[in-house]
Amino acid sequence: MSSPVIQVEGVGKYYRLGVINSGTFKEDMRLFWQRISGREKSDWTENGMEPRSGTVCALDNISFEVNQGDVLGIVGRNGAGKSTLLKILSKVTSPSKGEIRIKGRIASLLEVGTGFHPELTGRENIFLNGAILGMNKKEIRSKLDQIVDFSGVHKYIDTPVKRYSSGMYIRLAFAVAANLESEILVVDEVLAVGDAEFQEKCLNKMKDVSGQGRTVLFVSHNIQAVRNLCTRAIYLEHGELRKTGKVDEILADYLGLRKDHVPQKVWDSNWPSNGQFRIISLEIVYDKLKELGQINLSEEFAVDITFENLSPGSRLGFSLVISDQDGVCVFGSLSNTDSFLSRAKIETGIYKSRVHIPDNFFNDKMYSVSLICFSSNWTDSFVVENALRFKMFDDGVLKADYNGGYGGVVRPKLLWETQKMKS
Amino acid sequence: MEDSPRANADWTQIIKSKRSWFQVNLNDLWSYRDLVFLFVKRDFVSQYKQTLLGPFWHIVQPIATTFLFTVVFGIIAKIPTEGPSGLFYLSGLVLWNFFSGNILTTASTFVTNASIFGKVYFPRLVVPIATIISGSIRLAIQFGLFLLFLSYYLIRGTGGVHLTIYAAFLPLLILILSLLSLGFGLLVSSVTTKYRDLSILLGVGLQLMMYLTPVIYPVAIWKNFGWIMKMNPLTPVIEMFRYGMMGVGAPHPEGLLYSIVFSIVVLVAGVLLFNRVEQNFIDTI
Repeated sequence: MSSPVIQVEGVGKYYRLGVINSGTFKEDMRLFWQRISGREKSDWTENGMEPRSGTVCALDNISFEVNQGDVLGIVGRNGAGKSTLLKILSKVTSPSKGEIRIKGRIASLLEVGTGFHPELTGRENIFLNGAILGMNKKEIRSKLDQIVDFSGVHKYIDTPVKRYSSGMYIRLAFAVAANLESEILVVDEVLAVGDAEFQEKCLNKMKDVSGQGRTVLFVSHNIQAVRNLCTRAIYLEHGELRKTGKVDEILADYLGLRKDHVPQKVWDSNWPSNGQFRIISLEIVYDKLKELGQINLSEEFAVDITFENLSPGSRLGFSLVISDQDGVCVFGSLSNTDSFLSRAKIETGIYKSRVHIPDNFFNDKMYSVSLICFSSNWTDSFVVENALRFKMFDDGVLKADYNGGYGGVVRPKLLWETQKMKS
Repeated sequence: MEDSPRANADWTQIIKSKRSWFQVNLNDLWSYRDLVFLFVKRDFVSQYKQTLLGPFWHIVQPIATTFLFTVVFGIIAKIPTEGPSGLFYLSGLVLWNFFSGNILTTASTFVTNASIFGKVYFPRLVVPIATIISGSIRLAIQFGLFLLFLSYYLIRGTGGVHLTIYAAFLPLLILILSLLSLGFGLLVSSVTTKYRDLSILLGVGLQLMMYLTPVIYPVAIWKNFGWIMKMNPLTPVIEMFRYGMMGVGAPHPEGLLYSIVFSIVVLVAGVLLFNRVEQNFIDTI
């Protein structure tokens, strides 16, 4: 039965801007005097602190719930407030307002190897780090073998960790954290360290953890990891909660890939431009698009770019970039194969370029189109990001009697040949 | 509504924007007692790794300082002491070192541990408590040195040195010094999270305070201004120590009571302020 184990209600966090010096001391004294003399209402209200001038709002009015056994991904761009939220959840700092209710023990891994001391041996550091993360000696002792096995540094366990390679160090540190026994685990970008093999090991361990009905909160910029690991997600933007929901929906939102098509984009004002030329429209050209709403992957289609050249005699070019639903770039195509564009010097006027996309190339996924535009030299380039979106579908011609799906970002039709070599 | 989330009573933790001044979570602290000793061990082990003499380096400083005091204050300045001057200086130094060392280390708790505190939560009081315990180990070693010199005088029977019944106060004296230094250290560390000035002032303050403490000379030397020294809560502690162990000077049980009250007030103030600061210090450090 899933019941909420974490409830976040109206949480906000404000930071003071600027440096701390005699100016802030004067301000502190003034506020203190106001408070004790009661002459003016202080900025502390019953519900906590309200933002005042000179503060920046890192989180504003965040509310959500996490159920038992959920693996919640927290996504957002840099500065969206993800780390601040995790810090508040792990009690490193307290919210400026709002309240968080938690059921069960919470262990946070904002970093691996917190408190490791270089002079201590691996074994001593396991105990120290384990205790810092909230285990007592008895628990650590009972898990010691497991931790040492997981880390794979058996031979060096009685050597000071300052003599470890950085890989060994991280493996040992993660091993301690991975064997924590807490109902709720908060993990921040831990996977950003270590080699691919180690990252895989960490991901698997986290999957195990969530399989045991424990709750995990996970922050990562690794979209694949979030998609693989998480069941639900929240999307933070500029300190505000944009959306909560199923991980696929949230990621589609976060990556700017809603499920709906954007087959055409026309600018009437605010044209994307660098002053030399401007983009007027982008469009997917496919004759059955109206009828089908998607593109048959065994048919050709094209992307039209309409632009206006504003300065006579300039050279300009494009790169068409197509990304899949995880934001992974599938390819970028340069316009330098265009005999018209690659010729120097274009007169002013409106032009249309067409990029032809072959049949049997894309897989049955959602894709987005971005355009990098440049003129004369690369320094004045500008980008039209995720302007178009299209969905491919498989008519099944290529599958023949195969019923499954194809993996991968593309699904090319390749030439297969077989010859008899010997009888 | 009965099943509204607010009414649900089995939340184990509630994180709020502000907790009251007096909400000190001692249960939490108790559950982290293993961490206290691991920190003590870390400090001890890391300090002496790759040294030959290890903790015995602690006896070098009091011996050198005692020698220096004997030359400067005893032989050159001829300031009188109670009992043999070397033993007098050493007894004062052992206690003073414990007190000032504790304060100096505790005072930088937030600044030196910012990287750990910024990444993981545990009751922050664990660190200063571990510091005091580490300090006690050093005290034990230096006290051993003092006993060595003391037994020399006791066996030879020179200088009028003798034990008195007040030596039984020793555990209490050490407790008072621990609480007092912990309290002062917590106060300073809390304020220095925002304004570092105090940590600089602390070094100067401690230096001055030593001269208001009967480390180098007895209270009597100040004649009519002896009351200034008696305001110092350390004075009765050191006098009691000397009377108990060496039989010199006079015991002041009422002064000791003053020290006890003083140290409890400082400790409570320190713990409350520290507790207040710990929730948000990472934003200002």
